[in-house]
Amino acid sequence: MYGWTGKIARIDLTRRKIAVQTLSPDTCARYLGGRGMGGFFLQPAATLDWDHPDVPVCLFTGPLTATAAPTSGRCHMVSISPLTGLMADASLGGKIGVQLKRAGWDGIVITGKSDTPVGIDISDNDITLVTAKNLWGMTTDAVHQHLNPKKAGLACIGPAGENRVRFAAVITDRYHAAGRTGLGLCLGAKRLKYILVSGTGRTRVKDPEQLKKARQDICRLTAASPALMGRYGFSRMGTGAMYDLMDNRHMMPTDNFSATWFGPAKELNAAAYARAYSPKKHGCRGCHILCKKISTRTSAGTAMPEFETMSHFTALVGLQDIDLVTAANQRCNSLGMDTISAAVTLACFREITQKDFTPASLLALLDDIALDRGEGKSLKKGAAAYAGSMGQPDAAMAVKGLELPAYDPRGAYGMALGFAMSTRGGCHLRAYPISHEILRKPVATDRFSFSGKARIIKIAEDSNAVVDSLIACKFIFFAAGLEEYARVFSAVTGQDVTAQDLLAAGERIYYNERIINSCRGFDARHDDLPARFFTQPGTGTSQIRVPPIDRAAFLQAKAAYYAVRGLTRNGLPTRTKAEQLGVPWKSL
Amino acid sequence: MEILVKKYAQKLVDAGLAAPSGPGAPLVGGLDQTLVWNTTAPEIPMLEKIFQHLNINSLVFLRPRFPYDLIIRFLAGRALKSGGAILPRDCETRTFLHDLPVVDQWDIHAIVQALKQRKIVIIQGNARKNGFLAPAVIAPGTVSPEQGFVHISSVCFACFVAFFNNYLAGLKTGQHDPEMDLVFDQVLPFLQNGVPASPDLMHGPFSREIDVYTAMAQAGRKIVDYGLVDSYFGNLSCCWNNTLYISQTGASLDELTGCIDPVPLDGSSTAGITASSELTAHLETVARTGCRTILHGHPRFCVIASMDCDPAQKAACAFSDKCHTHCPVPRHIGSVPIVPGEVGTGPFGLCNTLPRACDTSNSVIVYGHGVFVTGKIDFTQAFSSLVAVETLCKNRFLEQVRHLRHA
Repeated sequence: MYGWTGKIARIDLTRRKIAVQTLSPDTCARYLGGRGMGGFFLQPAATLDWDHPDVPVCLFTGPLTATAAPTSGRCHMVSISPLTGLMADASLGGKIGVQLKRAGWDGIVITGKSDTPVGIDISDNDITLVTAKNLWGMTTDAVHQHLNPKKAGLACIGPAGENRVRFAAVITDRYHAAGRTGLGLCLGAKRLKYILVSGTGRTRVKDPEQLKKARQDICRLTAASPALMGRYGFSRMGTGAMYDLMDNRHMMPTDNFSATWFGPAKELNAAAYARAYSPKKHGCRGCHILCKKISTRTSAGTAMPEFETMSHFTALVGLQDIDLVTAANQRCNSLGMDTISAAVTLACFREITQKDFTPASLLALLDDIALDRGEGKSLKKGAAAYAGSMGQPDAAMAVKGLELPAYDPRGAYGMALGFAMSTRGGCHLRAYPISHEILRKPVATDRFSFSGKARIIKIAEDSNAVVDSLIACKFIFFAAGLEEYARVFSAVTGQDVTAQDLLAAGERIYYNERIINSCRGFDARHDDLPARFFTQPGTGTSQIRVPPIDRAAFLQAKAAYYAVRGLTRNGLPTRTKAEQLGVPWKSL
Repeated sequence: MEILVKKYAQKLVDAGLAAPSGPGAPLVGGLDQTLVWNTTAPEIPMLEKIFQHLNINSLVFLRPRFPYDLIIRFLAGRALKSGGAILPRDCETRTFLHDLPVVDQWDIHAIVQALKQRKIVIIQGNARKNGFLAPAVIAPGTVSPEQGFVHISSVCFACFVAFFNNYLAGLKTGQHDPEMDLVFDQVLPFLQNGVPASPDLMHGPFSREIDVYTAMAQAGRKIVDYGLVDSYFGNLSCCWNNTLYISQTGASLDELTGCIDPVPLDGSSTAGITASSELTAHLETVARTGCRTILHGHPRFCVIASMDCDPAQKAACAFSDKCHTHCPVPRHIGSVPIVPGEVGTGPFGLCNTLPRACDTSNSVIVYGHGVFVTGKIDFTQAFSSLVAVETLCKNRFLEQVRHLRHA
């Protein structure tokens, strides 16, 4: 095959056995790679508890990985979430995806539990389980320093993953967090401290000349994208460029989503970080956008916070100190925790206890969470579990247990629907409606309307399932589309595929996730938003009104979404639709 | 959706691309849970099948109005005899549409296959075969009917430019033919409509921010009214109180209210992330020239003229396939310079060429793309320059054709 290696490694940590499995061309064509392939291998374990030894942690590259396809250097991790109970997945940046593919593997499927801390060392065909006793307890920075991966790719967990923090992250290549859904704990429960990969092979490309042309088309589009390559785009300013926009649009989650505008925001934007830290560009392997920013001045070598972290560690928790944000970001990455979930959990804590933070008290609580101390013992379970234990479940700003990112849904109704319908909980990336509701791409839509949004969200979910499976970075789809990536796919694999063919694969991948989640007891009751979004207005102005979301309109859009997606009125998948899409059927 | 399908149908009519009624009236469909159309028509059952085959939420169908019908019919017919696609070389097509596929029949399979790969399809074939009146253009969308509107509008623009560009080149090289002459002659009356005198725009200097917004919205509307831009391409800005006010990316110039970004000149805010792709070029131009206003339109004959190159010179040029980025020859139309450059800020972006050219001229044409004009106080001078450059290019083009045909 071209594109795929056709080979995965099945690693059983209990029996310390490694087996090679070949992938059929049909499976590759149907599930592509990355998130799609991970979901395919996860489905048989859909009814098991998240920490059951037979529940796999899947790490998959895609057919485009380690080719000249723009932004294709990422890989995707999939398991069952200890935080939400849903399917868990996150995209891994850095260079580990490229290294895994160059080592000759489309992916690895890890099952079992090791008795003692262990690492997986992959060097081309050789896969070795290595003791990691000496690394257990180390921060991710320390692990990186100790293993000194150089050109190899490294994914590891920090103390949070070891201490059962339900929003523990996986950190790759020092700077890149696969933060959402608690995959760090999935590794920690298996006592897997790290995965180190180096490869020397190359991905076979069917038509390099066609790939070059398709790449040029995409690069031309990215150059024309203000959000990516413009003076204030991600390449120049990092994702923090979104901060001023959320402020201007009055949709910055403030004080645990009780308001949508934060007075000091203008002093806390990406320009302020640029002045203070003179950051340089950094990025994932195979990317020309380079959205990651690394400080060259204060705390040189420290990663600058992403937009979500900038917003949540200021407006959401009531602080206004960019040095604190940078420190909190560094602390979370080092301890191996998701910054979004951590900040929302702390905001929930602040609302319930009515205790304001100081920079020092906030950093101390982050330590307590990761190290399983004091109040951290209850906060490490996430906002929903914490708020529930305190008898105030409405204070948890989460959907299906996943804490919400830094877009207030009262300011973007596609985002509201996207949050509620997402197969991984309160996630902005499944449908990513910020693209059209805020960034005006491919065209602008009315952000205060549900009109048409059910199908828009469904199509975008399918499209992003493809993106996470090829794999490419979602950011580039602010400029390019599946039309251009279908040409890339065809050039790499030699398969004559169109954008619509890829969308069909995306629909299959997404429906499989719905099936997995339905096996875990999720239905329409869970496809909802926290109550305050329907009862409390945001912070508007005379020109921008931010009323509560109309509950009836939301429910109407939700029902339309179910119809469009081919679900029952209770939000459940059907055998008929599964068969139509060619997805293996499984039910409770 | 009901509002959107009607809105974009009307915009096609207003733009002169569609007839207000009859078989030339545009059809716009929008699908959420249910499918709605702007009107009823015999083509709708067939178009509804497209929704069943594609993962889309909207679709625009257009039988282009004169002269676009003649031009597209001609180009599509030629395309069917070669690779099955029209290949305009203007900036919009090159960047966003790539090429324009043509199918030879009103057949669901052929149409769907084409739309699976590209943003639009042109239906040509034998006129009135199966009772279908060609040509027609179909463009779907996944977010809004606006996508179909924009893409169809771009097709009309691109084909217009491509035909006249090819025609002029054909006359120069002796490769034109009677069929091309016939199309040209039929379209000629459309070309002889004069551009009206410049409108009376708000006078500066502006003393209040609200006046800046109002003046920009007014200038944007007039650019569209005068046909100096197609669909939502083009942009404009006004520098006031150390801030550049600039139209947002993808903003329709006739609907700028609420779509203008204030961008502080000191870089203290990143709110300009939603500003026009050409923000950097605007900022650099303002910094270099001290101008207060910039208008960027896509007047057709400016674009055509920018791509007009001496055949012998082109044949000998090492960059003949990269004119839009690498043209090495300083070229002018009258005193107006023509520079290469792509959309945006890439290594060959027009932000690298345009601002320098504005040092010496308040009007600059970008190869295959459009015109940038600057004003010292308000939009009056800039608008006049825009009209003047287009008039100059059009007259020059017609004179060249007249001369070459008689020769």
